[in-house]
Amino acid sequence: MSAAAHSVVEPSTTSKRAAATLVIVYALISMIPLFWIFATSFKTPPDSIAYPPKIVFTPSIEGYCNLFTTRTRQTPEYINSLPPATSFCDETTRKRNMVIAGPSNFLPRFVNSLIIAFGSTFCAVFLGTLAAYGFSRFRVPLADDLLFFILSTRFMPPIAVAIPIYLMYRELGLSDTALGMILLYTAVNVSLAVWLLKGFIDEIPREYEEAAMIDGYTRLQAFRKVVLPQATTGIAATAIFCLIFAWNEYAFASLLTSGTAQTAPPFIPTIIGEGGQDWPAVAAGTTVFLVPILVFTILLRKQLLRGITFGAVRK
Amino acid sequence: MAEIRVQNLRKEFGSFVAVQDSNFVVNDGEFFVMLGPSGCGKTTTLRMIAGLELPTGGRILLGGEEVTMLRARERDIAFVFQLFALYPHMNVRKNMGFPLLAQGMPKAEIRQRVEETARLLRIDHLLDRPVSGLAGGDRQRVALGRAIVRRPKCFLMDEPLGTLDAEFRDLMVHELREMHNRIHATTVYVTHDQLEAMSMADKIAVMNHGAIEQFGTPKEIYDHPASMFVADFIGSPPMNFLKFGGSLQKGAKEIVVQGASVVVPEIREDFALADFALGVRPEHIRFDDASKLRGSIYGTEYLGTTQIVAVETADGMLKARVAADLPLRMGEPVGLSFNAQRLSLFEKASGRAILTGARDNMGGAAHG
Repeated sequence: MSAAAHSVVEPSTTSKRAAATLVIVYALISMIPLFWIFATSFKTPPDSIAYPPKIVFTPSIEGYCNLFTTRTRQTPEYINSLPPATSFCDETTRKRNMVIAGPSNFLPRFVNSLIIAFGSTFCAVFLGTLAAYGFSRFRVPLADDLLFFILSTRFMPPIAVAIPIYLMYRELGLSDTALGMILLYTAVNVSLAVWLLKGFIDEIPREYEEAAMIDGYTRLQAFRKVVLPQATTGIAATAIFCLIFAWNEYAFASLLTSGTAQTAPPFIPTIIGEGGQDWPAVAAGTTVFLVPILVFTILLRKQLLRGITFGAVRK
Repeated sequence: MAEIRVQNLRKEFGSFVAVQDSNFVVNDGEFFVMLGPSGCGKTTTLRMIAGLELPTGGRILLGGEEVTMLRARERDIAFVFQLFALYPHMNVRKNMGFPLLAQGMPKAEIRQRVEETARLLRIDHLLDRPVSGLAGGDRQRVALGRAIVRRPKCFLMDEPLGTLDAEFRDLMVHELREMHNRIHATTVYVTHDQLEAMSMADKIAVMNHGAIEQFGTPKEIYDHPASMFVADFIGSPPMNFLKFGGSLQKGAKEIVVQGASVVVPEIREDFALADFALGVRPEHIRFDDASKLRGSIYGTEYLGTTQIVAVETADGMLKARVAADLPLRMGEPVGLSFNAQRLSLFEKASGRAILTGARDNMGGAAHG
């Protein structure tokens, strides 16, 4: 396809600069809260509540120590009787008249989040890809109505159905289970996945599969060898959207999980209650919580960028 | 390679009849072109032969074997798509080897076959390139290569030159035909371009509204169009039609058009009072001051060796192809006479050609 057909008037240098400035300013403003959380996670508890707020401070990993451990208060005499501290965390804890009692629940909650978010993303994208392919390629009876029905599951805020789901889950024994959360997030995400992926698959010309089927492959083989490789952009973009939803979801998680299957979002606020207002630990939890999404997004950023433009720039 | 036999083939999409009761045979090794305007059912017919669409009725036989309801992959055919459908995530070599991989051919043999085919098509230097960067003509050759490499029973091509520039198209028309002459593969080729059809085909089927209007060699179709649609669709500029009315008798050799009598090939059918059309190819019109059939020069189009002259007559515009050096003035009155043996007659209501003696000397030296 000729490039000339897509050529537009090149914007002037001034307007390009103005646009760049606007984007940078907007990015900086958006980054402030993130920066503040990141900074707070490396403050000591007194620094974190200092007024006026400290911009320059001596960094400390106390917040991270507190995030991953539980501590008990002890008398100075008892602490002095202990053998010398073996780690930085031991040392800082003892300075505050406490000793480390054991690991906190953060790590298991974080692992829960990983399992549930990635599990539900995989299921939603898997089902969504197959459903989208079906809607895109076959004459499905009542296809428009079915697609509308699928979309309609997103019409109301998910929390509106929280009570019935809570009751159903209790009956089914799915409350506070990873399986229950994966099913729930899959159900919510699958509508998004079907619609997004249908758009991407519609853009892949049928001729590719037809060529493959004439070349001697079954439809499933053609799907796997020809359609899937070309749908990777769409699949990656969809996966990120699903993952971000499942990773960040708070309302259902706090309602349906309390113990073994609790995810990180409802857990992080509870850190604050353990021994005073421990803002550095909360900030540390939030920072650690951001890492997987950040890594996933950076890994898939190319696909995501192309995906967000919705195939408009497809060659 | 195999012959293709299509019997009473029919395809309906809901209440729309895309193909109505088609019958034709493509002999082994023949280059067959289905020609017609868009929406005439030619691509649907091709897709039914390929197994990409299942017919509503009728039968398709490949090499004597019934394949009507078989899946595409069970038919052993190759298809070249309009947009080539080269797999964008594979390089040229993988694209060409893809059908062989499906057959479970050993890697070394695939490699050898692909390279052999690439040499045949002069694309061996492109084998390790990604397909996305290829020029139109090279994409075309790769698509062709992917078809040839399998040595299938037949080739089906759906307007494969439709997206190429005019210049490239001429080259590829030539290459395709040359390729066909070398490997003699039964080929069904779909196009709406009469020039492609005329220059490549052994046999042409002209289609309109889902039906085959005429099936024959390019020469038959040009010289003896079976209907006014075919006469109008083939030829550039198309055949001229002069209306006349009356009745026709078997054996008559003259008709009256606009008060002038015109000698025509011997009529072989009787017709009661009706409207008819006299069909004249532009190159069969001569300017003849003695003729009673009059018109005036309306405009000329200079084409180098010939010129196309628009002549205004009482019955509308006619286009004549005459020698380029004939001096003509706008508005100049001229008399028109026709090459009597090359005229066609049509019944106006049905558009059907009237049987005449013109076909008698078909294939004779006079037509050479």
